[in-house]
Amino acid sequence: MDKTVNQKAWFLVLPVFLVVAFSAVLPLMTVVNYSMQDTFGNNQFFWNGVGWFKELLDPSTDLGGRFLASLGRNLFFSLVILAIEVPLGIVVALSMPRQGWPVAACLVTLALPLLIPWNVVGTIWQIFGRPDIGLLGYVLNHVGLDYNYVSNDIDAWVTVIVMDVWHWTSLVALLCYAGLKSIPDAYYQAAQIDGASRWAVFKAIQLPKMNRVLLIAVLLRFMDSFMIYTEPFVVTGGGPGNSTTFVSIELVKIALGQFDLGKAAALSLVYNLIILIVCWIFYTVMTNAGVERKVQTESKPAVEPKPSAGLKPVPALKPKEGVA
Amino acid sequence: MHSIPGRRLIMGLFLIFLMLPIYWLVNMSFKTNGEIISTMTLWPHAPTLQHYRRIFTDESWYSGYINSLEYVVINTIISISVALPAAYAFSRYRFLGDKHLFFWLLSNRMAPAAVYALPFFNLYSAIGLFDTPWAVALAHCIFNVPLAVWILEGFVSGVPREIDETAFLDGYSFPRFFIRILVPLIASGIGVAAFFCFMFSWVELLLARTLTSVNAKPIAAVMTRTVSAAGMDWGLLAAAGVLTIIPGALVIWFVRNYIARGFALGRV
Repeated sequence: MDKTVNQKAWFLVLPVFLVVAFSAVLPLMTVVNYSMQDTFGNNQFFWNGVGWFKELLDPSTDLGGRFLASLGRNLFFSLVILAIEVPLGIVVALSMPRQGWPVAACLVTLALPLLIPWNVVGTIWQIFGRPDIGLLGYVLNHVGLDYNYVSNDIDAWVTVIVMDVWHWTSLVALLCYAGLKSIPDAYYQAAQIDGASRWAVFKAIQLPKMNRVLLIAVLLRFMDSFMIYTEPFVVTGGGPGNSTTFVSIELVKIALGQFDLGKAAALSLVYNLIILIVCWIFYTVMTNAGVERKVQTESKPAVEPKPSAGLKPVPALKPKEGVA
Repeated sequence: MHSIPGRRLIMGLFLIFLMLPIYWLVNMSFKTNGEIISTMTLWPHAPTLQHYRRIFTDESWYSGYINSLEYVVINTIISISVALPAAYAFSRYRFLGDKHLFFWLLSNRMAPAAVYALPFFNLYSAIGLFDTPWAVALAHCIFNVPLAVWILEGFVSGVPREIDETAFLDGYSFPRFFIRILVPLIASGIGVAAFFCFMFSWVELLLARTLTSVNAKPIAAVMTRTVSAAGMDWGLLAAAGVLTIIPGALVIWFVRNYIARGFALGRV
């Protein structure tokens, strides 16, 4: 932390501050405003205090029931895709070729799904899964499985989950690969001398070294899957029934479908708060990692390859320090 | 060193899993609608370019691509130009509330678009930008500016401080130092940041669809609307989808080593 204190740096940050404040703070104030009011159309607003928030957290009301149900579905969805994508991502990262052009080819192919517009991801799977014109649906139905994501809840869920695995596992794999590449060869040599098994190498060297990237991957995937909207919306439209209606889909239904501004705003705030908490954890992890990296480079590893040396937790850098 | 038994097989299977749905989309885009609906063919038996021809000649289709590109480019330019000085400030100086600001930026990058859809609609309608590329470009700043700041900060921190100090001793003014020395040094970082701004703006649909109606309708919205109106023209839909993948596929080679870094906000 050898940065110099210079308050004039604010002038450099000012443009960013203005742009983001214009597109974040202003709308958020509107949301806060709406969340306390009720509207009967015609731009007539009535003060409602914390009424919407009470309703939101009470499962017996319509709003609360819908919110909590979609929240539950969303959390379940996030957990399932994490449980699949993280191990699969690690395995794929470990399967990367060693060098030469295959590495580049694999990287490019892995990255391709990440760069496809989200609605097209939905379209691709919508087509791919259809029993009449899609390869997947056609094959499944011809081996005797009655697969139809439009009418069957479970099929819809499987489709949405497989789609997300298809879309985002590469991200976990690429992050893990970046973590693996940073392991010096000396570690492996030491392991070889010790006669460590393949599994021991993974457990004692690779997994600890991937710790940080994995945490980043998990948090990123959690947040993104918690906000998912476009892909399931295109494929299932939240259906059949409400079975794949996640929080974002519910929110857009209330806000832009029914124009129920008060309810939508209250939901938005609670939703945002959850994201904010996860985000704070993410931030702490990131900044700690930055400190760790600096400490490591400053005390140049003239050390013997001790597998666990690199993962000593460094005391947290509290975000509050800046207000000195 | 870091591989597992059977890795070729695993990698092969996973890549097939990734490519198969994309192949199917490409496959369908070259088929006639008759072939798509009547038979199940693994490759187009009567390959046709009619869908692509329709997209490139029908204004309601190709204008969707132009609209999308318009707001994506505006957004990328705004994001990078405001983020550059900020990234330098965050990397070099400590100032009042810097860490709070940095976190606040991140929290906006992570904010759900669905929350902002309605307020943005009101905001941009009120200031008369609704249905222009500017509305979408500004709206996408909410996640792209923080992204650009975070990525660029990582690259600026990679430039040794001695370079700044030497430049100032040599009598460079700050703007001159910034443009003549710093920007060339982090050119690759700017490229990476621009790529990710481009990409994230390109893949976003919800805000882009909410903030436009007729004149600035992005391709993503054209795809959903026209298709439902025309009674499912699958071949056309597939062709339009293939064309949206192309910008990403074109530049992916140049940024292949930075993909993880970009998605992890420059922290890997």
